[in-house]
Amino acid sequence: MDIELKMIRNTLIIRLQGEFDLVNAENIRSLIDEKMQEKQINNLILNLNKVSFVDSSGLGVILGRYKKVKAKNGQMYIVGAQPVVKKILTLSGINKLIPLFSNEREVLKV
Amino acid sequence: MGIKNYVHFEFQSLPENVSFARACVGAFASQLDCTLDDIEEVKLVVSEAVSNSIIHGYQNKTNQKIEITVTIHENHALEMVIKDYGIGIEDIDQAIQANYSSDASRMGLGFTFMQSFTDEMEVLSKPGQGTSVRLKRSFLKETEAFA
Repeated sequence: MDIELKMIRNTLIIRLQGEFDLVNAENIRSLIDEKMQEKQINNLILNLNKVSFVDSSGLGVILGRYKKVKAKNGQMYIVGAQPVVKKILTLSGINKLIPLFSNEREVLKV
Repeated sequence: MGIKNYVHFEFQSLPENVSFARACVGAFASQLDCTLDDIEEVKLVVSEAVSNSIIHGYQNKTNQKIEITVTIHENHALEMVIKDYGIGIEDIDQAIQANYSSDASRMGLGFTFMQSFTDEMEVLSKPGQGTSVRLKRSFLKETEAFA
């Protein structure tokens, strides 16, 4: 899975590309956790625009990062979820915790 | 009811193989008269079942075996059996419950997704004797149902 990171003030934007399942879950989890500790990061924007698949392993990483962000009184957002991914996010109820936006620009306005 | 086609394959319990298993079953299932959405749902349930075998059945040991048998029945039903020879499940009813997981860092939604996207789910397991998850989904078109 390809991962691109960008920081804007105290917000980390993570852009993923590929399939978000068991094999990638651990790497993504540790990478985000490492960055959150290294820098003063309170907020996360997870860009799933180029993610073609997510299962409960991916959801587990997303939920785990949400809990860490909340513990820092920060905010987390998901942007660009494709219909097939959005369906899983909605079915799991994660969208009730983490707002879904169409793109990064929309979130950064908030 | 008759079997129209089937495939049986086995692979090593490596996380890399979850994607492969999804692709295999998805490709096989596309013989049926179904939508791309249907195939995505089939791939998801396979992903969940295989991930369960790796994470729970084999406690992430990567040198074990997972077997999948996929059958297309004459009545257009797709049946998948995902089998491992891992530690097995002590309390199946508890394991199936939404949001239950024996691992605190996981969401416990695997079986919930499997039930949501199939018509039948059967879990056969005993501690020390592995686990077999049978998932069945009908792709019968409405017009054929009344024929």
